[in-house]
Amino acid sequence: MEAYCLQIFWAGLIAFALFMYVVLDGYDLGVGILFGMARDDHDRATMLKAIEPFWDGNEVWLILVGAGLFAAFPMVYAIFLPAFYLPVALMLIGLIFRGVSIEFRYHSNQMRWLWDWGFFVGSLIVSFVQGTAIGRMVEGLPVADGQYAGGAFDWLTPFSLLCGLGLVLGYSLLGAAWLILRTDGDIHDWLYCRIRWLLISVLTILAGVSVLILLMNERVMARWFGHVYLFTFPVFTLLASVGLWIGIPKKRDWFPYVMAVGVFIGAYLSLTASFWPYMIPYSVSIADAAAPVQTLSFLFYGAGVVVFPIVLLYTAFIYWKLRGKV
Amino acid sequence: MNLDPLLLSRIQFAVTASFHIIFPAITIGLSIWLAVLQGLLLFTGNAIYQRLFDFWLKIFAILFAMGVVSGVVMAFQFGMNWSVMSLKSGSVMGPLLGYETFTAFLLEATFLGLVLYTRNHVRQGFYFFSCCMVAVGATLSSFWILCNNSWMQVPLGYELINGKIIPVDWRSIVLGPVFLNRWMHMLVSTFLTTAMCVLAVGASYVLRGRHLSESRFMMRWSLVTVAILMPLQFYLGDISGKYMYRYQPAKFAAIEARWHHEQPGTEVWFALPDEKNQRNLFSIHTPSVGSWIATGNWTAPVSGLNDFPRKDWPPILVPFFSFRIMVGLGLLILGMGWLGLWLSWRRRLEETRWFLWSAVLAFPSGLLAVIVGWFTAEVGRQPWVVYGLLRTSETVTPSLTGQNVLTTLIVYMLVYSLILFFGCYYVYRIFRMGPTGEEVGNPAVSRLSGVH
Repeated sequence: MEAYCLQIFWAGLIAFALFMYVVLDGYDLGVGILFGMARDDHDRATMLKAIEPFWDGNEVWLILVGAGLFAAFPMVYAIFLPAFYLPVALMLIGLIFRGVSIEFRYHSNQMRWLWDWGFFVGSLIVSFVQGTAIGRMVEGLPVADGQYAGGAFDWLTPFSLLCGLGLVLGYSLLGAAWLILRTDGDIHDWLYCRIRWLLISVLTILAGVSVLILLMNERVMARWFGHVYLFTFPVFTLLASVGLWIGIPKKRDWFPYVMAVGVFIGAYLSLTASFWPYMIPYSVSIADAAAPVQTLSFLFYGAGVVVFPIVLLYTAFIYWKLRGKV
Repeated sequence: MNLDPLLLSRIQFAVTASFHIIFPAITIGLSIWLAVLQGLLLFTGNAIYQRLFDFWLKIFAILFAMGVVSGVVMAFQFGMNWSVMSLKSGSVMGPLLGYETFTAFLLEATFLGLVLYTRNHVRQGFYFFSCCMVAVGATLSSFWILCNNSWMQVPLGYELINGKIIPVDWRSIVLGPVFLNRWMHMLVSTFLTTAMCVLAVGASYVLRGRHLSESRFMMRWSLVTVAILMPLQFYLGDISGKYMYRYQPAKFAAIEARWHHEQPGTEVWFALPDEKNQRNLFSIHTPSVGSWIATGNWTAPVSGLNDFPRKDWPPILVPFFSFRIMVGLGLLILGMGWLGLWLSWRRRLEETRWFLWSAVLAFPSGLLAVIVGWFTAEVGRQPWVVYGLLRTSETVTPSLTGQNVLTTLIVYMLVYSLILFFGCYYVYRIFRMGPTGEEVGNPAVSRLSGVH
C-alpha cells in the first residue's frame, strides 16, 4: 500500500484512540474529581462502583496512544515526551496513585482517607496536566534536529494553565454525565442540579481558548477564515451543549453523556482542523514523523485490520454486558 | 553540582524496570493458576476451588493494579529519557511494543474488569472464559516483551539508513534465533515464581494447622509444577547460554569472568573478578568444563574479554554475580521441589516442619531469580542498547538535565516504596485471613456487594 495512505491510516487510528481515551478515561477521571466533592461515604462508594470495572481498560487507551506513536510516529514520541518531561512524570505519579487507590481502598480501614484522597488528587493532577500539555502543544514546541530543544518548565504558560483548568472541568462534565447514566437516587439528583454549571464553565473556557488560539496564531486564523465550512465543528459543540441543557428536565439518563461526548467531538475536531496535517503544530507533520513504510504496513495488516476491530468489538461487548445502574 | 543525566537515567530505568518486573513475574503465572482453579470449579463444583479462587483473586487484584501502574511508567520512559533511542530504533521496537498493547494489554485489562466485579452477574462458563482471556492476555504480553528484548539482544532483519534502524525482514525480527528460547525461559520462570509463592502459602497454613484441605491442594499442585518445570528451566537456561556464546561473546565472557582466550575453556564456579588487573581472586574453577558449557564440546575455543576492544566490554561484576545467584536459586528451587515431592510420596510432608519452614522462607526465591536473571541479561548487554548497533551513551534525551532525572527518580522511589509497603501489607492481611470465603477489610465497601 502507498506510504501516504498508511500514514493517514495510522494518524487517524491514533487520533481515534486518543479520542476514545478522552471520552472513556475522561469520565472516570471526572468521577475522580467529583469524588473529592462527594458529601459522604455512601456517595463515594456509589461513585466508585460506577467506574470500577472500566477504569483499567479505559487507561489502556492512553498506553495505546503512547505505543502507537512510538511505533508509527517515533519522532512525535521522541519530541513530545522530553518536552513534557516533568508534567508527564507528574501524570504518571497521578495515574499510579489513583490506580492503586481504587484497589487498596477495599483492603483498608484506618488508611481509607489516604486512598480516597489519593484517588481524588491523582485524578485531578492527571486531568490538569493533560490539559496543560494540549495547551502547550497548541502554542508550539521548539524543535531542532528531530529533538526537543526547549527547557524543562516551558510548559508552564498562562495559556496552558487555562487549558489545564478547561480539561479538569471538561472531564468533570463527562464524569457527572456518566454518573447520571450509571447511578440512581440521591446522588443522581445532586448531579442533575450541578451539571448545568459545569457545562457553562466548560463552554466559557472553550470559547476563551478558541479566541486566544485565533489571535495568537495567524496561520490558524487563515485556516479558519479560508475554509468557513470548518465552523461546522464548533457549531456541533454548541448544538450538543444546547441539547444537553434542554434535555436536563426530561431526565433521560443516557442523554447527558451522549451530549457531553458530542461537546468533546466538536472541540476535538476543531483542534485537529486548526493544525492538520501537523502532529506538533507547525514543526512536525504527519509525513515528517512517520515511520518507514515497512513498519506501517507490518502494523497495518496485523494490528490495524485484524486486532483493532476485535478490540472495539469486545470493548463494546463489555460495556453492553455491564450496562444499567449500579 | 554536576549531575550526569545518562547515569541517572540508567539508574532510573533500572529502578522502574526492576520494580515493574516483580508484578508480571507473579501475575502471569497467577492468571493461569486462577484460570485452572476456575476450570476445576466449573467441572467439579467442589467448593475448595471456589475458596482458593476467591483467595488468590484478591491477591491477584492487588498485584495486578500495582503491575499496571508501574507498567504505564515503562511505556513512557523510553520517550522521556531515551528519546534518541526512540527516534532511531522506534520503527522496529515501537511495533513490537505496540502489538503488546493491541493484542495483550487491552484484552487483559478489559476482561479483568469482568473477572473482578461481575462474578455474581454472569454465567459461570462465561466467567471461566473471562479468566482464560486474562491469562491469554498476560501470556501474550510476555510474548511481545520478549520479542522486543530478544531483538535488542540479537538485532536482525534491519538496515541502517541515515543512522536510523529500518526494518527489512519482520520474520527475522519477530522470530529471531534466540526469541523462542528466551520467551520459554521467561514463561517457565513466571510459573516457578507463582508456584513457589503458592507453596509457601500452603506450607504456612499447614504449619499452623489451618485450612488444611486447601493447603494440601496448593502444596501438591505447586510441588508437582516445580519438580517438573525446574529441570526444564535448567535445560532452557543452558540453551540460552549456548546462544549467548554464539551471538554475544563479550557478555558470555563477562558472565564467566574469562579474561583471555582459552582452549579448552576453564569454568570459574566462584571468584572475585578484579577488573583492574584482569584476573580472578579466590577463584574456584575446573578446566575444560567452560568449553563444554559454552558449546557442548570439551575442547572448543572460548573468547575472553581481551578479544574485544575495551570500550565494548560490559560491566563484569553485575552479570557475573547475578548469574550465579540465579543459578543458585534455581538449584534451591529444584531441591525444594524434588524433596517436597519425595516427602509427599512418603506421606511425611505435613510432619516435616523444617521443610515447611524452608518452603515458607523460600517464597521469594522464584521472584529473586527472575530479577537477577534480567540483571544478567540487561547489564550484560551493555554498553549497547541494541547490541552492536546503538550505544546506551548515545541514546539519552538531549534536552534532559540531571536535576530533572534526579527529581523524578527520587519521586518514583518514594511513591514506589509507599505503594509497595501498603501493597505488601494488604496482601499480608488477605493471607492472614486465609481462603475462608469471607471478605477482608470493611464489608460495607466490598467489591461484590450492592451491584445489581
